[in-house]
Amino acid sequence: MIPVQFDYAAPTTLQEALGVLAEAGEDAKVIAGGQSLLPILRMRLNAPEKVVDLGRIEELRGITDEGSHLVIGAMTTYADVLASSAVRDHAALLVEAVKTVADPQIRHRGTVGGALVHADPAGDVGAPALALGAEFVITGPGGERTVPADEFFRDLFETAVGEGELLTRIRVPKHTGWGAHYEKFVRVAHQWSIVAVGATVRVDGGSIAEARVGLTNMGSTPLRATAVEQALVGRPATEEAVREACAAAAEGTDPPSDLNGSADYRRHLATVLTRRAVLAAAGA
Amino acid sequence: MTRINVRVDGVTYTDEVEPRTLLVHYLREQLGKTGTVVGCDTSNCGACTVHLDGRSVKSCNVLALQADGHEVTTIEGLATDGRLHPMQQAFHECHALQCGYCTPGMIMQAIDVLNENPKPSEQEIREGLEGNLCRCTGYHNIVKAVQQVAGTGEGERA
Ligand SMILES: Cc1cc2nc3c(=O)[nH]c(=O)nc-3n(C[C@H](O)[C@H](O)[C@H](O)COP(=O)(O)OP(=O)(O)OC[C@H]3O[C@@H](n4cnc5c(N)ncnc54)[C@H](O)[C@@H]3O)c2cc1C
Ligand code: FES
Ligand code: FES
Repeated sequence: MIPVQFDYAAPTTLQEALGVLAEAGEDAKVIAGGQSLLPILRMRLNAPEKVVDLGRIEELRGITDEGSHLVIGAMTTYADVLASSAVRDHAALLVEAVKTVADPQIRHRGTVGGALVHADPAGDVGAPALALGAEFVITGPGGERTVPADEFFRDLFETAVGEGELLTRIRVPKHTGWGAHYEKFVRVAHQWSIVAVGATVRVDGGSIAEARVGLTNMGSTPLRATAVEQALVGRPATEEAVREACAAAAEGTDPPSDLNGSADYRRHLATVLTRRAVLAAAGA
Repeated sequence: MTRINVRVDGVTYTDEVEPRTLLVHYLREQLGKTGTVVGCDTSNCGACTVHLDGRSVKSCNVLALQADGHEVTTIEGLATDGRLHPMQQAFHECHALQCGYCTPGMIMQAIDVLNENPKPSEQEIREGLEGNLCRCTGYHNIVKAVQQVAGTGEGERA
């Protein structure tokens, strides 16, 4: 199928894009990589009157080092993230998660910003961004505001980005030297996460000094397993010690039941995958 | 209608398109390049894979307008002077196709895999072709063809 007719605008600056969005109001839809939006338009689940392409706005793309943070432009593609040594060195969890997204063709087009604003609960970048404590910079007609990760994801496909606003970049605190692993559970190749767990840990003298754990598809938004994070601190990076700390991984989650598994099954998966992710991140 | 300028298989085109036109439909219906095919409605199958500025994309999931000012290579642009591209030749020699429907996309993606990583392991080849579905071959001979081009097939390892 093909989308319903729409008008198209391809602004070249952020200011211009905000102007086009303000004028078009609720009839406009932004397109980034299009890897989620185009399937939606083709299936006619949405029919905006105007599509505003961010693809020609250079200032929205790229990765910069700001000392304590990495700043990732919203239009930075998955492929850009995978090619970045800065992200590998300072936010390895993001790389581990992005590697598992879709396929190479989609990773060449899909953007970090598009994925985060789309906010599919089975999407693979939300939980790592949350676990790393990323900050989300949102720009609208009234200027810029910064939203912490735990306030960004609101509900299924819903974020803090309002009408007429754009996510312009995320600021990721550096986790230099932390081990990282993203454990994604799927039944067949090229599938969305049934459940996935992202873990990044700092190991000091054989024991876990700090840990961050994010859960994918365990509720309507990405979730952070703070009880597990706390329980891991000070433990040796051994199977037994980590297993015990990860038993609480599903606490406070509200996973869906669907064809791929019941909520109970997902809760079980969460504990197993958390243990695997933490052990792999700790290099154990 | 909106005007676009695109370079496709080495030729520059200036055309009017409806904004909703998908790149694959522009290639097939406006340029007559029917070598690139559509195999699904969900962007899962990869049959429509082409290169946009040298990187593989699913042309059913890109607007023609997003290719404005850019360069596209399709399966039809691979052969030079009537000689098949080495990947096309390897698919032919390794019997890497049966019905052939997945082949244009499979070849375009296989070339991208080697552009990224000239000496991939078998596992890396399989993962690189993750977004391309084949209902006929069981993938075995497709992997063999890619290994042949990479020079990493059986008996070819030094
Ligand atoms: C076959 C297939 C398999 C996939 N598998 C996976 C998978 O395994 N894991 C996974 O995580 N994802 C998967 N995806 C989705 C993919 O990751 C999408 O690329 C991503 O979710 C959206 O990024 P995009 O840049 O393409 O955004 P688009 O599709 O262009 O936009 C998505 C939404 O975000 C809005 N938007 C985009 N950018 C901004 C911005 N800067 N500010 C405000 N609003 C914005 C758009 O209006 C739209 O509503 C898959 C997609 C396909 C087609
Ligand atoms: S036709 Fe494009 S992925 Fe199937
Ligand atoms: S040869 Fe028939 S689909 Fe691949």
